[in-house]
This record gives sequence, structure tokens and C-alpha cells, in this order.
Amino acid sequence: MARYILRRALLALPALLGLILLTFVLTRIIPGDPAAALAGDSATPAQIAEIRTRYGLDRPIWEQAVVHVRQVLTGDLGSSIFSGRPVMEEIIFRLPATLELTFAAMLLSIGIGIPLGLLAALNHNGPIDHVVRLLSVGGLAVASFWLAIMLQLLFAMEWDVLPLRGRSDLAYGAPPFHTGFYLIDSLWAGQWALFLDSLWHLVLPAVTLCLPGLASIARFTRSGVLEALQKDYVLYARAVGYGSFRLATIYVLRNAITVTVTQIGLLFGALISGAVAVEAIFDWPGLGTYAVQAILSADYKALLAVTLVVGVVYAAINVLVDVLQALIDPRVAEDIR
Amino acid sequence: MNTFRQMLRPILRDPVATLGLLLVLLAVLVAVFAPWLAPYPEDAYESHLLQRLQPPSAAFPFGTDNLGRDILSRVILGTRSAITVAVSVVGISMLIGVPVGLWAGWRDGWLSETLMRVTDVFLAVPQLILALALGQLMAPGLTTAMVALSLTYWPFFARTVHAETRRLRTALFVDALAGLGAGTPRILLAHVLPNAAPAILVRATIGMGFTILTAALLGFLGVGAAPPSPDWGLAVAEARQHLPEAWWFPTFPGLAILLLVLGFNLLGDGLRDAADPRLRRSRH
Repeated sequence: MARYILRRALLALPALLGLILLTFVLTRIIPGDPAAALAGDSATPAQIAEIRTRYGLDRPIWEQAVVHVRQVLTGDLGSSIFSGRPVMEEIIFRLPATLELTFAAMLLSIGIGIPLGLLAALNHNGPIDHVVRLLSVGGLAVASFWLAIMLQLLFAMEWDVLPLRGRSDLAYGAPPFHTGFYLIDSLWAGQWALFLDSLWHLVLPAVTLCLPGLASIARFTRSGVLEALQKDYVLYARAVGYGSFRLATIYVLRNAITVTVTQIGLLFGALISGAVAVEAIFDWPGLGTYAVQAILSADYKALLAVTLVVGVVYAAINVLVDVLQALIDPRVAEDIR
Repeated sequence: MNTFRQMLRPILRDPVATLGLLLVLLAVLVAVFAPWLAPYPEDAYESHLLQRLQPPSAAFPFGTDNLGRDILSRVILGTRSAITVAVSVVGISMLIGVPVGLWAGWRDGWLSETLMRVTDVFLAVPQLILALALGQLMAPGLTTAMVALSLTYWPFFARTVHAETRRLRTALFVDALAGLGAGTPRILLAHVLPNAAPAILVRATIGMGFTILTAALLGFLGVGAAPPSPDWGLAVAEARQHLPEAWWFPTFPGLAILLLVLGFNLLGDGLRDAADPRLRRSRH
């Protein structure tokens, strides 16, 4: 198993290296002179030339590429053109907010999606099945930014039962920093009111964000269970006299779930993309909001750094998912070249 | 072509997939005849400040927006741009992805290997994030958004076609063709490609829905269509400042996105089942 994990992790490296090179290429397709862009509108030719030498922009292109790769590997992603602070610092500061939101959404997707898929498969072609099928296709068709605004309109503005924006009420502020997850940090500090308040703030963004994932998990669980139900060992277990609930949870679900677990890895990509819009709408101070601000202020350094960090997290999650899958179903580990 | 007729029949037998087909056909008709269907076609660009933010009524079934424009007309006119964007993006992605997939699937060697590693890189980041970075770096606008979406979507086609070509490369009929003296271009274009067509079609249909969603999101974030374009995503963004008073303003453009994407997804689903008989059997 250890060998499998190592091998799987190594397989992810070339793509990440390629990603670093791609971000380098991206900085070079900006229309115009990057040195002039860095220097600002009112710079004199002498200042532009000075910046060109300082950032090594006068060197041959391959040398710049090597420098870029080396900088990224040492965690130096440059400074924000907008705030002047190192982007890595700003990203690390914002990452926990995004992770808290995406984990919450992922939990909802899995916690609701798997039972729904199972239920649908057990009621194959019944009314529940049709509803779940419609939901699983419809859930992927909703624009997250639109759903976020509609939920905000209903629950926060019209009925005023849930908070409109942010991670907590201004009156509470933030809990003392340990993990950056408000739910964990507030418990850590024993601040119950803040814990409930953060949970309350998490509801609308997490519900918005979980929908596409919920839809695809329900769908893959459903088809996985349907397929597993036709296997001979299920027929045998049924003949021996297992009740359908026991059959479904013990024999079928475990065999059906490997397909679902793969989906969870892919799902993370959808979650991060969704988070960009959802965070911007709910003023959630995470990577998504940061990316949107970077777009508005044309801060390409920040935007590229977000791209890289998301790429690394995405790769890590997918390695994790493959390992998880191999743990559930040992046949997977043998399949790898 | 025979394959397509074979795929159409199960679609028409499946009510859910037929619904998808109808939604897509309806949207295409609306897009083609948009200027004649819209009650106020001039509202694509003209504003009427005296009738701003009016709730739905007989004169304006979907209400009016912040510049007094009829939302129903703008939803209808927006269908055209949504479908144009989706067709262009999916078309360009196919033009890049299909040849890359064919070549890399057919030949072994450093070029094939490099091509597939490049697709890995593009698939290593969620498409939206990459499209955002690209869109921002190349001066935001609708054309840029379309280029960015195409540049980030072709790897999906390359992947699909690569897998199909690999599968077919060792097929008996391909061996037989080579034995009979058929050249590589002939085998690839006349025999491998038609066999990969169902998979490509499924990918393209699902890609249409996906592209409409992503393009709307880019428009919403200000990296896509620019005012006064009747873009749906842009309309939802403009509506945000007028909530909770003007609930109709974001509602109808958003519903339009939902219905069109739903149509493509349902159709894609049906096509996938039709293309894969094994799945069809397990679904009854």
C-alpha cells in the first residue's frame, strides 16, 4: 500500500511542473510589455528599464522560465501588484475560509447524496427514483451564482431567517487563530455563541455550493448500486435470507461506493469553481473572493498564484481519493501500471 | 449517418431525454428567430429610464430592468448569444482536441506522450480557474472569454478521442484494413473517427451545457460579455444592486440558464445511454 501511495503521488508531479510552466507562459501572453505594466502608468523609460533588469526580464526566455519554476518551488509567488504584500501570505491567510466552506459543502453532498442515490436505486423506477434522477440532472444545471442570489433573496432578505453575508457577525469578530476554521477555533476557545453564529453563517453558502456535488454523488451512487444489485453474490445473499436493508448497506453499498469515491475527487474541482462565485456573493473572505478581487484590480500575480495553489490542492485531493479508493477496494491498487 | 439514426431512436423512446431534445430545439428556434420573437427587440441596446424596475405585467411579462428594458426581450435575445458562445467554444475545442486525441491515440512516441502530458496539465486545474486567469490576462471581453473557454476545454475532447482511438487501434477490423493496404489517414478518418463519433457527440452535448454555465459565470464576474449585451450572467450581476425590491430581475435570466443547460444535460444523458448499450441494459 505504501508503494502504491508513493507511486500515485509521483504520478501527479509532472502535471504540477507543467502547471508551473503554464503559469509562466500565461504571464508572457499579457498584451504589451510586462515591465511597463509592473512600473505603472506614470513610469519613465528609465524606471521601466530599471524594473526590467530587477525582475530579470532582459534575460533569455528559458532562463526566466527556470527562475520562475525555482521561485514557485521555494514558495515565492511574488507580491500582489495591488497590495504590495507577498501573495503567498495573503493566500495562506484566506485558504482556511475556503476549505471550511468546501468541506462543509462536501459533507452535505456526501451525507445527502449517498442516501438519496441508495434510496433511488432501491426504489428503481418508482416515484423516489424519478425525483432523484431529475434532481441529479437538474442540480448540475443550476448556475451557482444565481442560486446563491435567489437563496439570499428568500432566506436573508425576504424572510430574514439566515445571515446575508460574512463568516460571523461583526459583534463577535473572529475567534483566536488556531486552524483558521471558525467552527473549530470557536470551540477551541469555548466561545459557544460564536460557534453557533459561524454555523448559521455557513448554512446558505454551503447549501448553494453542495448542490452540483450532491447531484453527481446521488447519481453515481444510484447507478453503482443498481449495477451491484445484479451481481450473483447479492442474489445469493438474498436467497440465504438477508433483509433488504442489511443487504443494501453491507453488501451492495460497499461495492457500489468506489465509483462514488472517484466522483468526490472530481467534485472538488467543481466545488472550487463554485466557490469563486459563492464566496463573492456571500462576502466569504476566502480564495474565491480573493480571485474576484484580483480580476477586478487586474492583479495577475495574485490570480496566477491562486491558479497554482488550487492546482496543488486539487492534485493532493485526487491522490488522497485514489488512496482512499484503494483502501476500500484493494483491486484498484493492482490495476495501476 | 447510420450511427446517429441508431442513437436517435432510443432518445425518442426515453421521455426524459426527449424533454432534453425538445428544450434544446426550442432554444435553437428562439435563438434563430430572436429579433422577431422579442416584443421589444430594440431593448438590446436602448434604455427607457421612465419605466425602470417595473414588476411583471401584461406589457412586460418578466418585468423591466434597471434601465427600463423589457426582461423578456432580453432573455430571448440572450438565447442567441448563449448558444453562439457554446457552439463556438465546443466547435473550437473539437477542432483542437479531436486531431490531438486521434494522433496521440494512434501513434506511440514522444510527440503523443507530450500531447497527453499537456492535456494533463490543463486538467490539473479546474477549468473555470484557468479560464479566469486566461480571460483576465488577455483583456476581458466576450471574445477573450470564448478563447479562454476553448483553450481550457479542448483537453476533454483530446482525452475522449484518445481513449476511443486506443481502444480501436487493436480492433480486428483495423488490422484487417491495414492488411488490405489502407493508409493511416484513411483508417483514422474513414474508420476510427466514425466509430469514436458517439463518444464525441456525448462529450460535445454535455460540453454545451457546461460552457453555457461557465460563460454565464464569466459574464457575472465581469470577464465575459460587457454591457449593454443581453447576456444572462451579466443580467444577474446587474440585478444584485436592486434586491430585494426587483426579485424578477435576476429570476428570469437565471431560469433561462437553468432550462437551457438542463436541456443539454438531459439530452447528453440520453445520448450516453444510447451510445453505451451496456448501460442501457442495466437501466431497463
